[in-house]
Amino acid sequence: MTQQPHRAVVGTDQPRVDGRLKVTGKARYAADHGPAEGVDGIVHAVLVESSIGRGRITGIDTRAAENLPGVLRVIHHGNAPRLPYRDNPFPDSINPPGERLRAFQDDLVRFFGEPVGVVVATTLEVARHAARLVEVTYDVELPVVDLSRAPADEPETYARGDADTAWEAAEVHLEMTYRMSRNHHNAMEPHAIIARWQGERLTVWDKTQWVADPRNELAAVFGIPREAVRCLSPFVGGAFGNGGRTWVHSAIAALAAREVRRPVKLVLTRRQQYFTAGFRPGYEYTMRVGSDRRGRITAMVHDVRGESSRYERHSDDLSIGRMLYAIPHVRQAVRHVPLDISTPTWMRGPGWSSAAYTIESALDELAHELEIDPIELRMRNEPTQDPATGQPFSTRRLRECYDVGAREFGWHRRNPTPGVARDGDWLIGMGMAAGAYMTERAAAQAHVRLDANGTAVVQSATSDIGPGTHTSMTQVAADALGLPMGAVEFRLGDTALPPAPIQALAWTMASVGSAVQDACDRLRRRAIALAVDDERSPLHGVDPDDVAVERGRMHARDDPSRGETYRQLLARNNRPFLGLTGSYNPEESRFSMYAYSAIFAEVAVDARLGLVRVRRMLGVFDAGRIINPRLADSQALGGMIGGISQALLEHTVTDHRDGRIVNANLADYLVPVNADIPDMRAIYVDSVDDKADPIGVKGLGEIVIVGVAPAVANAVFNATGRRIRDLPITPEALLGL
Amino acid sequence: MFPFSYTNASSLQEALDHGQRGGRYIAGGTTLVDLMRETVERPDELVDISGLPLTEITMTPRGGLRIGALARMADVAAEPKVRNTYPVISQALELSASAQLRNMATIGGNIMQRTRCAYFRDVSADCNKRLPGSGCAALHGYNRTHAILGTSESCVCTHPSDLAVALAALEAVVHLVGPDGERDVALTDFLLLPGGTPHREHAVRPGELIAAVEIPAHPRPLRSGYLKVRDRQSYEFALTSAAVALHIRGGVIRAAKVAAGGVGTVPWKLTAVEDHLIGRRRSPQLWSAAADLATEGARPLDHNRFKIDLLKRTVERQLLIVGGTE
Ligand SMILES: Cc1cc2nc3c(=O)[nH]c(=O)nc-3n(C[C@H](O)[C@H](O)[C@H](O)COP(=O)(O)OP(=O)(O)OC[C@H]3O[C@@H](n4cnc5c(N)ncnc54)[C@H](O)[C@@H]3O)c2cc1C
Ligand code: SF4
Repeated sequence: MTQQPHRAVVGTDQPRVDGRLKVTGKARYAADHGPAEGVDGIVHAVLVESSIGRGRITGIDTRAAENLPGVLRVIHHGNAPRLPYRDNPFPDSINPPGERLRAFQDDLVRFFGEPVGVVVATTLEVARHAARLVEVTYDVELPVVDLSRAPADEPETYARGDADTAWEAAEVHLEMTYRMSRNHHNAMEPHAIIARWQGERLTVWDKTQWVADPRNELAAVFGIPREAVRCLSPFVGGAFGNGGRTWVHSAIAALAAREVRRPVKLVLTRRQQYFTAGFRPGYEYTMRVGSDRRGRITAMVHDVRGESSRYERHSDDLSIGRMLYAIPHVRQAVRHVPLDISTPTWMRGPGWSSAAYTIESALDELAHELEIDPIELRMRNEPTQDPATGQPFSTRRLRECYDVGAREFGWHRRNPTPGVARDGDWLIGMGMAAGAYMTERAAAQAHVRLDANGTAVVQSATSDIGPGTHTSMTQVAADALGLPMGAVEFRLGDTALPPAPIQALAWTMASVGSAVQDACDRLRRRAIALAVDDERSPLHGVDPDDVAVERGRMHARDDPSRGETYRQLLARNNRPFLGLTGSYNPEESRFSMYAYSAIFAEVAVDARLGLVRVRRMLGVFDAGRIINPRLADSQALGGMIGGISQALLEHTVTDHRDGRIVNANLADYLVPVNADIPDMRAIYVDSVDDKADPIGVKGLGEIVIVGVAPAVANAVFNATGRRIRDLPITPEALLGL
Repeated sequence: MFPFSYTNASSLQEALDHGQRGGRYIAGGTTLVDLMRETVERPDELVDISGLPLTEITMTPRGGLRIGALARMADVAAEPKVRNTYPVISQALELSASAQLRNMATIGGNIMQRTRCAYFRDVSADCNKRLPGSGCAALHGYNRTHAILGTSESCVCTHPSDLAVALAALEAVVHLVGPDGERDVALTDFLLLPGGTPHREHAVRPGELIAAVEIPAHPRPLRSGYLKVRDRQSYEFALTSAAVALHIRGGVIRAAKVAAGGVGTVPWKLTAVEDHLIGRRRSPQLWSAAADLATEGARPLDHNRFKIDLLKRTVERQLLIVGGTE
């Protein structure tokens, strides 16, 4: 196979190709669409949400709302048509097992804030006001929303060896229970959708991480063929997992559009984001660790209780507990606790970051108990092959991450005795933690078209929820085609394009990137073949393997003066374009493939006032090839900020009396402000992983948060000698009050 | 938002006329508009007073400091007269809200701002302040940020203003103008304890507006400062705060003005702390002993017991910061 001579732009620092569009407000997010896309006469839908946590609707008085001029319709379970709601299970969707929440199909209220009606009006203001005027009466039941008190399902269990016995028998055994609060994604862009019917065809502009999901789900809801639904989502203002599933509001918008026979726009308010768009479930996580005196861990037992809804069963993947360390005896029992809450969903580093918090906190506790340096303890338990599967690693450079991190962070300056390093009123501490996240890949396709003017358009139905997919795919395509980035345009976010997997699991670069590379490699080869076969081409007769392309010009490797441009080739052959579809179809790998992190944090704690300040943070990542260091940094810094936030601030508060989310707004649900964020740095160990995928990447978007919260918590312990086992770490916990 | 009419008042008299007929004053609009969007507030008429000439910051002939009600938070904080004489005011302002908000928000609006109690802001919750007689969802609900001082069975929310804490410490007076003329009310009398009527928050009579606040002349120069403790480092209301102003001569405290925020249903003047300080020699022990008196009468709720110790420590720390040690 011909390889391009070098990667001209892959691996280099490149600004976002869509940066200018974004900062000038020209990038069009879901709710921005309208007449420019031929969608005229949009009307506005506003949800009415339940004000009880569980029960039945006994009456809905819509008169006041309907009397407002401009109100077109108020739809609720009493007047909504019954919808087909065909099954739409995984893998065509990411709907978890269970009965999904339906748009006004019954009178049940399952959780606080469940949509019980929708008002459609000609203006947003009228729709909002009318929604307030809808009077709903209920038969109220007592909701159960307290994770710590509610009964759990039967556990899902993983076991190797006999962990319970080994733990009992261990020279040193620890048992701790950690609690993690529920977290909401709080992406900057709210959920938004515009739905338009043309006969039996539905088009939606939806905020989504995967355009196929709204298509498949809405086709199932309305009982129409998938081909009748098109979903577009050219830009997404952050998602962190909450744009994965197609939530009930999308079906409501499509239903409303069908009822009023007009295109309908529905944007969730910030408050409504907390009700029906998923969240990271809260956990109660009991961890037992057994080791010998020298720090060889013999047993680890995870007993986990996690929040789920009653109508669906959301499971996070906690399998980091099986693969991070060479532990012979491991048992994990994960129990879901069905509550009267809406269904949780994936949130950045799903499961892995939650489980890493407990594992990495427990390792720190063990290190302290054994008086072994935390890095040394980890080194002593570093496996040589995958502890769960026995497979060899594709690449695992965690030791290198520790070494580089320790050196760059100045780990040797850490005082192992907690509570003694001081700076004025502040106690100073350092902590570290490791993390891992699986390298997943999925089938993907991409189409490339090289036009007669020498520019190329590459397309795939992937998303760009923020990592910079527009840019990174442009880089891959440009190198494979031998074009400058400016001559390549990458289009995404449209079900009319070749299929791509959900943008999640940090697998887009590996999956879509490999398809893009395949398409562009093949197109380049096709152009070269055309040239070497063409008697009129200066390249006539050259071995195709000896032709390279640079800046749109094909040339003989040994004689760069001999060649011609794509443009010349296509013009002479009267070809308006060359086009083809490339694909990537990953096979089951015989390797253990993961991305890894080592996170280092330094905190200052004012123990009298209970204040924690993260002073410095360093993340060292083993994530395979880095396509674009600038984009990688925005992932890494964003992920680490998310982890600091998880450690110190984020906490969705539920009122146990009625299931109300008390802090459903960004004033009361705390996320960090600039002042909370310290000097941060990311380092990527040099590690192209050729076994993982054709691009050599291992995925970066998820690993960047895994290990951050425990690094902070461990630093707090080192600073104060106080082990806080609940996230977030609050002033009152630090004060012991 | 419920429909409303809007009048841009071009003179004080015009504003007062509308105010008397039930119009609601709007200045910077940074909090009233939010509350209207949430339909917590449903005024029929807004009377925009932001163009009225009530923005001056002046020294009064008697040596006090008078701040016009429509002066912006940012401008007041930066004003040298304020910064030099009463740093506690500049600091309280600069630790409030965000730069953007401070550029819009006014002093009068800051004092008049309503509670941040989440149940007050959620119209589907019971709240005696919003709907008298409906109950207080916070009393046995999630009340981590609520008050421990001045509460009643009817309402346990805090007054959220930082500025008002500094003003309470300095014994500021509120100048009101109304249809019946002008009058002065001490800030600590102006903001009302909830008692059985939490919907009555201040001593404003129908049609009255705040024209200015005045910090009276203090015979002895004060050194002062404000400490705010909160979960994140900016853009958040106080869990606890302390405004401290002291005059110390020869190591002995001659004047002490202390108030606390984040803990009271109104800005909490700590007279017991002040009394304990006067005439005593500064020392870490004194700061600690005085701060212990800060929580006299405190009644914690389910989730805010920590505020008792945190308040003492906040006051102690700020006494130390302002008063120092020998
Ligand atoms: C996100 C956020 C964070 C904040 N954080 C803080 C904080 O940390 N600390 C803090 O102290 N504050 C904080 N605030 C509150 C902020 O300081 C107030 O919103 C602001 O001071 C109000 O001033 P305004 O001029 O905008 O008032 P408006 O919104 O115009 O009015 C507020 C109220 O005052 C009345 N009013 C206004 N002027 C007068 C007058 N002259 N006479 C009589 N009545 C009048 C209005 O009728 C209305 O009821 C925060 C606000 C927000 C939105
Ligand atoms: S504390 Fe006051 S404002 Fe909050 S719910 Fe109770 S009555 Fe309403």
